[in-house]
Amino acid sequence: MKLYELTIYEAHGLLNRKEISSQELTRAVLDRIAAVDDKIGAFITVAGESAIKEAKLADKAIAKGDISVLTGIPIAVKDLICTKGIRTTCASKILDNFIPPYDATVISRLKKAGAVILGKLNMDEFAMGSSTENSGIKLTHNPWDLTRIPGGSSGGSAAAVAADMCLGALGSDTGGSIRQPASHCGVVGLKPTYGRVSRFGLVAFASSLDQIGPLAKDVTDCAILAGAVSGYDPSDSTSVPMDVPDYSSFLTEGIEGVKIGIPKEYDSAQGLDPEVSSAVMNARKVMEKLGGKCVEVSLPNTGYAVPAYYVIAPSEASSNLARFDGVKYGFRDKERKNLMDMYRSTRSKGFGSEVKRRIIIGTYCLSAGYYDAYYKKASQVRTLIIEDFKKAFEICDVILSPVAPTPAFKIGEKADDPLTMYLSDIFTLSANLAGIPGMSVPCGFSSGGLPIGLQMMGKHFSEEVLFKAAYNFEQATDFHKRKPGI
Amino acid sequence: MKITKDDIIHVANLARLEMDEDSIQKFAVQIDDILRYVETLNNVNTECVQPTSHAIFLTNAFRNDEERQDFGRDALLENAPEKENGNFMVPKVVG
Repeated sequence: MKLYELTIYEAHGLLNRKEISSQELTRAVLDRIAAVDDKIGAFITVAGESAIKEAKLADKAIAKGDISVLTGIPIAVKDLICTKGIRTTCASKILDNFIPPYDATVISRLKKAGAVILGKLNMDEFAMGSSTENSGIKLTHNPWDLTRIPGGSSGGSAAAVAADMCLGALGSDTGGSIRQPASHCGVVGLKPTYGRVSRFGLVAFASSLDQIGPLAKDVTDCAILAGAVSGYDPSDSTSVPMDVPDYSSFLTEGIEGVKIGIPKEYDSAQGLDPEVSSAVMNARKVMEKLGGKCVEVSLPNTGYAVPAYYVIAPSEASSNLARFDGVKYGFRDKERKNLMDMYRSTRSKGFGSEVKRRIIIGTYCLSAGYYDAYYKKASQVRTLIIEDFKKAFEICDVILSPVAPTPAFKIGEKADDPLTMYLSDIFTLSANLAGIPGMSVPCGFSSGGLPIGLQMMGKHFSEEVLFKAAYNFEQATDFHKRKPGI
Repeated sequence: MKITKDDIIHVANLARLEMDEDSIQKFAVQIDDILRYVETLNNVNTECVQPTSHAIFLTNAFRNDEERQDFGRDALLENAPEKENGNFMVPKVVG
């Protein structure tokens, strides 16, 4: 087996027994990036030099017997998470020269655990999009079919994991941005409960919805990474002061008697591909064979999640993105000699179309005379969506659903039609509005050989239940073992 | 139209964006579509429903008012497009 193909826990075993060094492992992964990323386009920045330095330090620590499960493991990071000394662009021209003076809390945590930071991954600009086509830097291709999108906005993260260009990755999820690309690239992804993982050092898109989470080759790795980055952080006032369970210790528990909710509204969702529907149906049968008890639940306001989201997220974004004004960091149009003109020109040249579209929608929804009709109304509907989930979780532990209505679509297919693109987020947005955890696990392939993901959602702070259910499902199937032929 | 070209120009100005005629036209059509779709929210009865701005149970996060280590002025100015004497430089504000 090639070193870059290893999972985190396999590599950890070899490092622990001193059969390989972190330098060998890191070099193998860097060589892999050099060999295949021309075709995929997952990385914006490869931090080869600092990665090798960190690998040397990890090897020294291991020689002294100081090893944790992430010591010496090469991890890549979505390019909107601040990395001290490594350019962090948000895939935007407005930040393409920004070098953060500090590490995000998740990065400090990974470094403290001994992980090696390989580089920064492509995404939709400021995480706005479902295909990574909105990147202002480059295009990312799906490793399973290079003519297709990898999903988004964490498309670079999912593609890098699927193509073995890192052992695991971090992404962020505001409306499905971890789960949907994980589904399209056949990897495992978790959006944790809102407040579980610190957002300090995450460039904000929609602050009440954003959450950082892992993308990994399998459920075990996903649990390892989630455990490493979770936990209270005083630097993020929305981070929740609660202990984090040892996720890995729950994996091997059975799911006998676990109640699986099947939302009756999801089957009739607009545009649901029959192959996706049947893969999810099969997954349900697998869960039942494993001892899960399926119950029908109702989420009556499902159809309103998309419109509510596309008011709330752009409103928050329009406010968050006001800070990019050409004064403190990033691009400035130096041609303009008057402050107001400089702001306008800098922002107009720096932001791409989708970002501008959302800033305009958000500013409009928050502007005088429209606030009640749009923002307040959407926030009230958000309350009803949260109540739907509360009721559903009175009778079930995990909700099963598709992640995306179709497998990965062709590059360019929806690029000029923002509303159609938004509608493809139907199954994932609700979890962000409700703040609950959601996970994507491979559950099948289309007849064209494209991966299909299964979504599992749980109550607030019940990640361990999702990991247990996902691990049992994964062990009973072999979808996670297939690799794209890259 | 829910949103007109003039609305787009007005809102773009509030958001400190400038746009050419083509983009204004394109945005007016696309954003009109999106807002019409958003208005399906009016089918939901939200009388007496409290709005949610934050999905979990935290309310206030207080900390003691104590000085903490910052990153240092030089580090924070490192990314400034223009700076002088330890300050951010901006173009002329008045006149």
